[in-house]
Amino acid sequence: MQKRVLQLLADNNSGVLSRISGLFSRRGYNIESITAGVTADPRFSRITIVTSGDRDVLEQIEKQVAKLEDVRTVCELKPDESVYRELALVKVRTTAAQRQEIVSLASIFRGNIIDVAPDCVIIEVTGNQSKVDALLKLLEGHEILELARTGIAGLSRGSEGVTHLA
Amino acid sequence: MIGADAIVKCLEAEKVEQVFGYPGVAICPFYNSILDSKVRTILVRTEQNAAHAASGVARMTGRPGVCAVTSGPGATNIITGIATAFADSIPLVVITGQVNSELLGSDVFQEADITGATESFVKYSYLVRNVQDIPQIFKEAFYIANSGRKGPVLIDVPIDIQNAYVSKFSYPSEVSLRTYKPTVKGNAVQMKKVVYELGNAHRPIICAGGGVLTSGAKLLVRSFAEQHGIPVVTTMMGKGVMPTDHPLYYGMVGNNGIDYANRAMNEADVIMMVGARVADRAVNQPDLITKGKTLIHIDVDPAEIGKNAISTIPLVGDAKTIFQELVEMKFSGDYDDWIGTLEEYRKNHKNRRNPSAAYVDPARFIAMLSGAMEENAVYVADVGQNQIWSCANAVIRKGRFLTSGGMGTMGYSIPCALGAKLAEPDRQVVAVCGDGSFQMSMMELATFVQHHIQAKIVVISNGYLGMVRQYQHYAYKDHYSVVSLDGSPDLEKLVSAYGFDYLRLENMRNAKRVIEKFLKDENNVLLECIVDPMDLV
Repeated sequence: MQKRVLQLLADNNSGVLSRISGLFSRRGYNIESITAGVTADPRFSRITIVTSGDRDVLEQIEKQVAKLEDVRTVCELKPDESVYRELALVKVRTTAAQRQEIVSLASIFRGNIIDVAPDCVIIEVTGNQSKVDALLKLLEGHEILELARTGIAGLSRGSEGVTHLA
Repeated sequence: MIGADAIVKCLEAEKVEQVFGYPGVAICPFYNSILDSKVRTILVRTEQNAAHAASGVARMTGRPGVCAVTSGPGATNIITGIATAFADSIPLVVITGQVNSELLGSDVFQEADITGATESFVKYSYLVRNVQDIPQIFKEAFYIANSGRKGPVLIDVPIDIQNAYVSKFSYPSEVSLRTYKPTVKGNAVQMKKVVYELGNAHRPIICAGGGVLTSGAKLLVRSFAEQHGIPVVTTMMGKGVMPTDHPLYYGMVGNNGIDYANRAMNEADVIMMVGARVADRAVNQPDLITKGKTLIHIDVDPAEIGKNAISTIPLVGDAKTIFQELVEMKFSGDYDDWIGTLEEYRKNHKNRRNPSAAYVDPARFIAMLSGAMEENAVYVADVGQNQIWSCANAVIRKGRFLTSGGMGTMGYSIPCALGAKLAEPDRQVVAVCGDGSFQMSMMELATFVQHHIQAKIVVISNGYLGMVRQYQHYAYKDHYSVVSLDGSPDLEKLVSAYGFDYLRLENMRNAKRVIEKFLKDENNVLLECIVDPMDLV
């Protein structure tokens, strides 16, 4: 099983996300995460899908996704030629005494404390998935009250593979 | 034991008495196993009707109807039946065969993504991945289908799972689902508000929907109304909650309803909607039932409350549970003037029909037919002009009135009647359809014959898709397009081929005698009534 990050440019039509996720469930493909957002041109959405499977399956996934009428381009975001980022919000229970420790943990990961309550804080951290995982690992000694992860968004490096939307 | 045996065991544990369906390779392990069981199998002639027949069973027994069909076209054919049940909140458990798990997603022979395709018409669906999960899944499916707001649940079972070895079968006695906990009991504070509002009301009305019947609250709602003298109207799905001749019953509301029922809704100061969706056909302008009045909306589905009309007092819960409490709560209101007004409206109702004597008058015929039926008979109405005539004229006493309300699926009546008769063989069951809807389900005549289920079918024949013709009459000024049923078969010859008796009524002169003959006939029988092709409801 290999992991693969696919980037799609799709028409920003209603239901496009459901068509894509429907395709994955119908054909039994894995989705680890899927994120979607409008591009600079509001007619289009950029969708980043993290999927996994063996080589043949991954090839099928790309072809099947490309076949969807709303999908304009599909490309693989290879790790060494792309950047990935994920945002995570972590609500951690703290006492006043523990708070400083949490704050310094967060700052190691260039995380921000975006909310402080008497008994908990919310850390915002951005990075690739392994960075988020690493922060969570370090927080294991604390009680994580709530966790929200966005799944990754990605772009290829450089200007070579850019699709001009005009 | 293999998966297929386990499925049959689950059905036995749920006390399922019959399964409607149509086999194909992908469901063959199941049909092989069920042969050794006491669960009866009924071969329908097209899959859609398996769901309608199961719907008939469900509506008569209050337990989920079950059907089992094969993968691919078998599964896609049943979708309309599932959607019909979903629209009317009828509990079904639909089992579909599926291709081998390994091949899923590869478009092999007779593969269809049926869980995906039915997504918006099922209450829930399962694709069985592990044979050991079968007992748990079936337990959940029956529970989900028949609790809260009832509805169809689909279980898609790949053929390799049906054939896989089950190490240990044990049917769970209870089910607890983390994310599904329907509210059954009404909130005490809201209940008090309901009683307070009714006590202060001058012109209250109860509008009962299909939910009253599905929850088994019919007699409770009736006695609540009687206890306090509150008038009752119903939606199409609620027809039968009150006996037609009950003094407190003012008929069916909606654009196909009766004028004084709609007037009663419009002029009421407190409306108590029970198990009704406030959908467009029942309440054309939701504003009218909320503006300047108190709307009490009782429904087991919180999402129905406030969907089409904002209620003053929302009350989530099961109608039966809520009315068990409401009948015990004390309040007194004086609604005599209001009843007097409604009686006046009823008296002044003008029957605007002017039927031609050369034909059967469907309105009068239906009143006579249903009046002559046994007291607890089941009247199954199809869809079209015949449905509107049935709704307006069928006399229901202790019986049932079954029809496809939400989806308006033509061809529903014959398979539904088949299921109803099978569920309650001692009750008189009559399907009333038009010549269009009859031809959508006429293949099921063979099913009645094969399984020795008595058929009593009335066909209101006018040679047209009457409801559409009527619409084209009004909306397109008689520019009739694709509504003529020319080419229809000679029904006498057709039903004779199935060994049915055939009766024909061409005008009202012999109506009484022919109806009597029709109802007394112990053979399968079809009565064709020739109505004026240009008649309007």
